[in-house]
Amino acid sequence: MDVLTHAETVALALSFKVSLVGVFASLPVAIACAWLLARTRFFGKPLFEGLLLLPLILPPVVTGYILLLAFGHHGAIGRWLDAAGLSIAFRWTGAALAAAVMAFPLLVVALRNAFESVDRKLEHAAATLGAGPWRIFFSITLPLSLRGLVAGLALAFARAFGEFGATITFVSSIPGQTRTLPIALYELISTPGGEAGALRLTLVAVAVALLASLVAALMLLRGGTRRSEAEA
Amino acid sequence: MIELSIALERGEFSLELAVASPARALALFGPSGCGKTSTLLAIAGLLQPRRGRIVIDGRVLFDSATDVDVPTARRNLGMVFQDARLFPHLDVRENLRYGMARKATATVFDDVVQLLDLPALLKRKPGQLSGGQIRRVAIGRALLRQPHALLLDEPLANLHREAREEVLEHLRGLKRGLALTTILVSHQPEEVVALADSVARIEDGRLVALDGIGVFRASLRPLDMPASRATG
Repeated sequence: MDVLTHAETVALALSFKVSLVGVFASLPVAIACAWLLARTRFFGKPLFEGLLLLPLILPPVVTGYILLLAFGHHGAIGRWLDAAGLSIAFRWTGAALAAAVMAFPLLVVALRNAFESVDRKLEHAAATLGAGPWRIFFSITLPLSLRGLVAGLALAFARAFGEFGATITFVSSIPGQTRTLPIALYELISTPGGEAGALRLTLVAVAVALLASLVAALMLLRGGTRRSEAEA
Repeated sequence: MIELSIALERGEFSLELAVASPARALALFGPSGCGKTSTLLAIAGLLQPRRGRIVIDGRVLFDSATDVDVPTARRNLGMVFQDARLFPHLDVRENLRYGMARKATATVFDDVVQLLDLPALLKRKPGQLSGGQIRRVAIGRALLRQPHALLLDEPLANLHREAREEVLEHLRGLKRGLALTTILVSHQPEEVVALADSVARIEDGRLVALDGIGVFRASLRPLDMPASRATG
């Protein structure tokens, strides 16, 4: 006997796909933004930082509605995507975009902290050895931030996996396309007789979240230990 | 020929230094906080003077009058920091190779490794090295850059007696074996006498005397050279 029904398995698999694609697609932008925040000073930096963190603060429904306005079939960007045959509204790619937007601030905050924890003196030493900014970043800053990066990815994945409000507002609930685990869970709760399925999905969601936070905690804990050793 | 004319401010501290010396090995000597390390960082391009001119063996590295400011990565100076700044995620071999000049051959690598007695350490991470070993790796890393000049910031600082002698022995060997322009920052007479040909005495960010090593040695009291008997 299967643990999950077919519909629940589809929702679970879709959630993994949407979350992984969303988080990894936003990673390069998050790295660039986190580096700017950690290593540069520029006019309007607090405003820039505030804008980046906005999805963390805004009601998810508002974020979803903004995405709909921008990327919907009649949206400013959406109509161009439609014309190019790359429509994302009411498709799994739209759900991935919603997940990416909602997880993005967590990724930026984790990466910024990780970059700031790298001793700039090491970057200066690399510069005296002939390394330019790109080489310094990829050979010194990023490897020394790896634990923070993995922790950030785990937390962002968990956030994306649990994303509900922005997703249902932006791409609705289409089985196999946009009905992710939280949306399937919500629908089971709203359906008479869906309690058993709701409980199963709840346990899965809790397990995924626990695993992600365990990975993040281990990475941050071991990173801290390593820094302490280096300082000793 | 070393020509330094540096004016810079760091907080409340003001440095106004002008030194011109034909010496192959120049020591910047003075008490802690007199501006020696700031001068060395300015030479390396890690601090930008408000105005001035830095020329080493005819290479203009900085000239505020003509807007010349060669980036740190292109100054090609071998900087040995007081805190070594080995990259903690790389082993000794990778640290040594990090800034290795393209023209440097495997033989050059082997020569430097032999010269500094590093063969047994190549696979170790910096966290597995003693203080003296760390300093030797930092010196080797700077030499493998095949720099135009070597900058040494308190190379014996914070080392216990045996490690000091170990590093000093290697530095003496380098001075004898390599015709490399060297600028040494130190507040320890023993180090200066062993490694420099000429000494710029600095106090409160100003040059108070530029002496040959003989005059400098003659000016020392016996207590200034606590380890001279042991190190020869």
